[in-house]
Order: sequence, then C-alpha cells, then structure tokens
Amino acid sequence: MKTAVLVFPGSNCDHDAYHALKHVVGVDADFVWHKRSSLDGFDAVVIPGGFTYGDYLRSGAMAKLSPVMGAVRRFAEGGGPVIGICNGFQILLEAGLLPGAMIVNNSLRFVCDFVHLRAGTDRTPFTRGIPEGTILKIPVAHYQGNYFADERTLSSLEERGQVVFRYCDPAGEVTRESNPNGSARNIAGICSEGGNVLGMMPHPERCAEEVLGSADGRRLFDAMVAWLGERSA
Amino acid sequence: MKEKPVTPELAREHGLSPAEYGTVLGILGRTPSLTELGIFSVMWSEHCSYKSSRIHLKKFPTKGPRVLQGPGENAGIVDIGDGLAVVFKMESHNHPSFIEPYQGAATGVGGILRDVFTMGARPIASLNSLRFGRPDHPRTRYLVSGVVSGIAGYGNCIGVPTVGGEVSFDECYDGNILVNVFTLGVVRHERIWLGTAAGVGNPVIYVGSKTGRDGIHGATMASGEFDEKSEEKRPTVQVGDPFTEKLLLEACLELMRTDAIVGIQDMGAAGLTSSSFEMASRGGTGFLMDLDRVPQREEGMTPYELMLSESQERMLIVAKKGREGEVREIFEKWDLDVSVIGEVTGDGIGRVRWRGKMVAEIPIAALTDQAPVYDRPAERPEGQDALQRLDPAGLPAPSDLGETWVRLMGGPELSDRKWVYRQYDHMIRTNTLILPGSDAAVLRIKGTRKGIALSVDCNSRYCCLDPFVGGMIAVCEAARNVACSGAEPIGLSDCLNFGNPEKPEVMWQFRSAIDGMAKACEVLGVPVVSGNVSFYNETMGKGIHPTPAVAMVGLLEDASKRRVQWFSTDGDLILLAGEDRLGVHLGGSLYLKEVHGRVAGTPPPVDLAHEKRLQEFLREAASADLVASAHDLAEGGFACALAESCISGPGSAMGARVLNPFPEATRPDFAMFSECQGAVLLSCAPANRDALLDLARRFRITMMELGVVGGEHVDIEGLARVGAAELRMAWSEGFAAALGLEG
Repeated sequence: MKTAVLVFPGSNCDHDAYHALKHVVGVDADFVWHKRSSLDGFDAVVIPGGFTYGDYLRSGAMAKLSPVMGAVRRFAEGGGPVIGICNGFQILLEAGLLPGAMIVNNSLRFVCDFVHLRAGTDRTPFTRGIPEGTILKIPVAHYQGNYFADERTLSSLEERGQVVFRYCDPAGEVTRESNPNGSARNIAGICSEGGNVLGMMPHPERCAEEVLGSADGRRLFDAMVAWLGERSA
Repeated sequence: MKEKPVTPELAREHGLSPAEYGTVLGILGRTPSLTELGIFSVMWSEHCSYKSSRIHLKKFPTKGPRVLQGPGENAGIVDIGDGLAVVFKMESHNHPSFIEPYQGAATGVGGILRDVFTMGARPIASLNSLRFGRPDHPRTRYLVSGVVSGIAGYGNCIGVPTVGGEVSFDECYDGNILVNVFTLGVVRHERIWLGTAAGVGNPVIYVGSKTGRDGIHGATMASGEFDEKSEEKRPTVQVGDPFTEKLLLEACLELMRTDAIVGIQDMGAAGLTSSSFEMASRGGTGFLMDLDRVPQREEGMTPYELMLSESQERMLIVAKKGREGEVREIFEKWDLDVSVIGEVTGDGIGRVRWRGKMVAEIPIAALTDQAPVYDRPAERPEGQDALQRLDPAGLPAPSDLGETWVRLMGGPELSDRKWVYRQYDHMIRTNTLILPGSDAAVLRIKGTRKGIALSVDCNSRYCCLDPFVGGMIAVCEAARNVACSGAEPIGLSDCLNFGNPEKPEVMWQFRSAIDGMAKACEVLGVPVVSGNVSFYNETMGKGIHPTPAVAMVGLLEDASKRRVQWFSTDGDLILLAGEDRLGVHLGGSLYLKEVHGRVAGTPPPVDLAHEKRLQEFLREAASADLVASAHDLAEGGFACALAESCISGPGSAMGARVLNPFPEATRPDFAMFSECQGAVLLSCAPANRDALLDLARRFRITMMELGVVGGEHVDIEGLARVGAAELRMAWSEGFAAALGLEG
C-alpha cells in the first residue's frame, strides 16, 4: 500500500502530509514531482497545501496544467482515492475534478485557527467510519477558502450527498459565526459524485497527533488505510 | 553613454565623509570610478559596516560551549546535541516598512529566511517584534495592517510558521516604526555552510531571481534620518516574491546535500557588492566578475546599478571547479536562473568587468580593514534627571480599580494579539507545541525528544528611562519567558534600534544599553550569537526610545516538560515565586503611562544573581512536573499577570481567588499595578505543593501561597474582583477596538 504526495513548485504542506502518513499512520508514502506523468504503483494520492506558483494567478490555476494532473484525472476516473487539502482542494476545483470555485475570505485576511467541522457523509474513502454528525477539531490556514458555487450546484451537492464537511461550532451547530471564511452553506469539504475524490480546506495532516492540539485529522488517514485494505482483500 | 565624473561632492552625496573619501583615494591611489564609489559607499554605510557600533558590540559575550558560530556570519549557530544545531538571527527592516509597510515587512522576512538557509539550515520558525506609533495616530492602522499582512504574505507562502512576537505602541514611533524579524532553522553539524570564497579558479555562480533596479541604495537609506520627503524614497523599497524564495530554499537545500559547493551567501543589503566582497574577504581571496553574465530583468542597466541593486531572492555561490553542471541541473529543475558570472582569484583584488571594460578594481583587504570605525562621543542627556523624577504619592488614585484593571487588560499593550497571529500560519511544519499567546512558543524537533522555546522581548519605556537597566531587563525578561516554558536559554540574537548615533545622547543610550545587556548575558550565561544594529530611527530630528529587542532561544531536552502561562485546572494552587522582588515600582510602568499619561521614574531594580537562581528553579520545577503553569510579572504588574494566567488559555476563562501579596498599607492601585523584575506566578496541583516549596528553598527563592484557581471571578482579596468572562471579553476584543480595525 503506497501513497503519493504530489510536489508542485510552491507546495509547502508536502512534508507535513508525508510525516502524518509515514510516521504517524505508518503507511508507505513517496513524494511525486509534478512533472511526472504517471502514478503507477500508487494506491492513493494526496495533493498537499501550499502556494503553488505563488497563487499569483488564481490559486491552483497554474498547477492544474502540470503533467501529473493528467495522471491524477485517470487515477480518479479509475476510482482511486484522491484527497486535496487546502491548495490541493483549490487545484482539484481548477482542474474540474470537483465543482465550484474559491474566492478570497470574506475578512479579506489570511486565517490560521482551529475550527470545528461537522461530518456530512461516510461514503468517501477518507470518512469511512466517521458517521454523519461527527464533530472534528481541525485547523484551517488559508487566504482563499471561501467556497463558491451557483445555487443549483450547491443544491445538487447536498442532494447527492457530496458535502463532506461543514464548519460548525464546538457543539456541532452549523452557524454563521463558526464559518471562518464566508463559504457558501458553511462548506469546508466536498467529494466527487463517485465519492473517491475529496477536497477540503482544513488540514487533517496538521492534527494527526494529540500533541498538536487534536488527533482528529488522523481519522481521515486511518479511514483511507482501512478502505484500501478492504478493497485489496 | 558617459559616466558621471566622481567628485568630492558626489562622494558626499553618497554618504561618504571627506575623511572617508580621502581613505578611498588612498586605497586606490586614484579617483574611483562611479561603480567603485557606489561599492565603497554601501560597504562603508552604517548598515553594512557597523562603523559606529562595532567597538561597543565587542562587549557582548559571544562564546560558550554550545556556540558553533558567533557574530560575523550570515547567522549564529548553537549546538543542541545529537549532531544538530540551531541557526538563527534577527534583523530590522524599519525604514522600508515605514515607507511601504507590506513590501517592507515582507522583504524583511525574506531576507532573514535567506540568512538562515544560506547556512544550510531548514527554517522552522519565525518571530517578529513590532513597534508602532500611537494607536490613534492617523497612519498607525494602515501601518499595522500593512506590516502584519506583509509578514503573513511572505512567511505563509514560503511555509515557515510565525510562532510568536510582540506588538507595542508609543508615540515615539509615530514617525519611525520598528519591524524586527527573526528566523530559526535546524541543521546537522556536517551540513553547515559558510559564506566564504576559497579555491583559486573556482566558479562564482549567481542563482535566483533576475536583477532589476529595485532597492538601489537601500542600505544607504537605512543609514540616514527621515525627513518630510521620505515618501519619495518608495522606489528604494524592494518587492518580495515569496514563491521564488520557496524555490530558492528548496534548490539550495538540495544543492547543499551534494558536496559541489565551497561557500554560499545571500544577496541582501547592498546585493552583489556585499555578497562578493564579504565572501572573498572571509576566504582571503579575490574575484573577477563579468556583469554581462548577470541575469537581468531590465535593459540598459549600468554596472553601478547591477552592483548596488537589492533585488530579492538571489544568492551567490562559489562551487568546486568542474561541478558547475550539478549546480545548473538543480536550479534549472526549480525553474530558477543560474549563471556562472566569474571566478575566485588569488591576488586579493575584487575585479568587476562590464562590456569588456574593467569598471571596478578594489583591494579587498583594504576595503574591509580600512573601513571606518568610530568611537563617537557619548553624553548623558541633559533631561535625563528630570525624566527620572517621579513622586508616586502625588498620583491621583483611580476611583474604580476593577474598571482600571479591565481597561488595562483590554488596552493596546496587553490585549490579545490574536488579530495579528491569526493572520500568520503558525502551525505549518507541524512542530508548534505551544502556539502563540504564551510567554514563549515551543516547537518540537522531529526525530528527537527535544523542544525549542522562543521569545522576543523589550520594554522600551524602561530603556528610555535608564538604558543600562532597560538593557539588562530586555535580556532577563526574554530569558525568563523561555525559562517559564521550562527551557534553558542557550543563545540570543538582538536588534538594536536607536536614533542618530552622531548625537552624543543617542550614543550614550546605545553604549549604556549594550553595557546592561552584556552584563545580564554574562551572569545568565547566554551568548549573543548574531544580531543587527539599526541607527537613524529619527524623523525630523525626533528619535525613538532606545529599543534593543532581544530574541531568546531556549532548549528543552524533553519537550513533554513544556509549560504554558495559563491556569488549567480548578482547585490548583496559585503561588508567587520571588515574592521578595515585589515593591512599589511605578517608574516606566504601563499603569503610569496608560492611566496617568506619563513615562517617568526609573525602571524596577534587577538582581541578576536572583534572576539566575529563579530561572534554574523554574526549569527544575517544570522538569520535575511540579508546576502546571508559570507566568512572569511584567507590564501591568501583579494584577495583570494574574488576569493573563486566568484568561489567556485556549479554553474558557478561569477564575481565581488570591491574597494581596503586598503589605496591607500599600496603596491599592500600587499593589495591583507596580512592576517588578524576578517574580513569577505559578500554579500547581495541591499534591505537589510541599515538593514545590522544598525545591524553592533549595534555590533560595521565596514563595508566597496566594490562593486557588476556580470560580467565576478573578478576585484579589481586598483590592478588586472582576468577572473572568468580563476580563476575557475586554482582552480579546481590545486590540482591534484600539486600532479601529475590524475584529
């Protein structure tokens, strides 16, 4: 079982994702340079956070053109699990692997803080065993995390069970005050129709150990390992 | 194109005094070319040459069993055991940040990061120390927003967490803000690289961004006062590109894992000039550079501009002959410019060629050895005695002490800095064990049990009233913060921010502050391994308070022994260590300034021998798991330290009931807000009480049992009682409110 951690120019959470996978969860992981065009031999893909190409154009707009993204598309079409975190989520949106777009936080400021998330579905490889309504404590760190899509897309996401996480208060209530960036319907993470591609702004790799203030993020990676184990069994 | 002829007038315009220009003529034996004049002017600027400060800086203790590299390199290096070392430095970017706050602060961060990774270390944390003018000054809000977002914009993008710092306000900074930035990196001993040019015939390689016309004479700007025309200097501020710096960081670290290079240095202040001349000076060599091979962003740049440009994100490398291909391959992988622009020579001359012509030919040893050094006259200011006069009895007592307490906690100095640090990514790299908001931030070193504690401190009111004592206090407080977290201070970096050194009063402040700092460093056993001097922080002849900011680095052998400043458990006991250090000291206090509108008196006394014992006691108490929290009494005195321990934790506010530690006869407002040096508020589980008191006796630290954590109120018996939630609300909303910023 082997996980690919993609590295683009400007990725900066690649080491954190690698550390969480390899040293905390204990699953094999390798860095994959963005110029590679194959993901053969990998069982899951992590697109880590960062500022690919400085976010000088729209976040993710340049990274989607990298050769490795063709391989990610094929990998996703084959049902392989893909998780895009923060800038990785933005890249998935720009690449059209997930619907919608990101705009600047409504505060117009970068925000780094712990937030609470309410889980919406356990049908993704990363949320198996995390039932709807579960509350997770996970940090965010972004400037463009304000999720935007037209009403029809938003409703369709909800109807098809593609809203994986919403920002909520510590008690699990989805409120305006608990939304750190102004995201439509408090959306923090969504998945593809098939459920195998997950994009989320919060950083599970930053809270995979209790010593960092929360170990809730580890549950996503543990779920992925269990899902892969079941699939190969 | 005809070059401007060099005359004594032109030399003066370049900031060279007639005597300095005379030395230049003596060294060269002829009139310098324009390019050479530019080179001498930046290399001998205050910023690069330390000509007014050098003789005083020698007083700092810079050696110690852990010191691997002291001042003089890009950054200092201190051993932390297990073959690892930390590399760190603090630097100022005051002048550019006042003119253009976003880019000024951003490029300050970029510069200090390069200073650290140029030595082979991966940066793991940054701090900053910021000083602004009055919160209601018309420019302050703009400057605060710009500086904070500039630091965030650069640090967040490159992916180095900003884990702590300080923000302070005073009208003396209305026309001269201070932006001091610090970065720490970690390196294995065998991977340390120095900025040296050795090996005749070795190639000199330029890597990173292209050179443009930005920032020409930035170092010279930092060596002069501001006037009403300073806004016009905006073009001398560089523009940062953190994305390119991230690529440069990864490419350099990748290159340093090979053995293809000899030395490397970043092009910071004075760009290509300082990097080439400094590297050759350290290596005892010379060089020949061909400016036509420098990657250029603009057309028609003159050799003068190419040598003086301060374009960001550039490095100069001396590689081993024949290994150029490896260097090229790595930098091209990261889409960065790479160009062999010259070679190391053996005759000690720095030669610069442009369009086939030699445009500069300077003996390097003379340029460095004959650089001006000044022992400038120093004199205690006439008004100093008047400034130190204070009659506390004459101060009117506030009618409602509780209200005063809440006001101080929610005021611009003490309020929660979350508005600031929420904009900094302080968690990336997943090492931050104690997030911003405690006395010190603590980071783990992955793969070991070790932790690094970081704190930056300076009370500039104290330094204004008595720079000697203020200098001692800056070192003691920073070290105490680190000790409160359970760590041993192992080294410091400083940023010495002062006014115009040509004024004897400023020179007196500078000399006195250094004497005080040096004395504290010696007693506490903390070496100064790097730092920076920023003079000329004056606008229209008005100088700032002397502000020697101290960034302290502490080591925890076992990071699980770290401690925070806030209470955590109802029923824990509250104790005061160093109770005999309390006294009625209002000189320079926050209470005197905020409530009575005065900066006067003398700072609280310091007892360095006690300070050393206290800090050893704090470390021992943490490592024996006897204390739950530790927080030192600083600005705002006993009452404000207590309030901070109750309300600054990540959970909800905690209450406390304590005795008044002062004698009953003390005026209530003085008991609450007097400041002192060497007292620390502790909390511990009741079961640890006896062992903790025993330990304190062993270190001859007096202890007073004050009370218990719990309840809805913070209650100092006989003095004041306020709801913990009320204090918390004032504190958490105060910062944005004071500045009129959106929360």
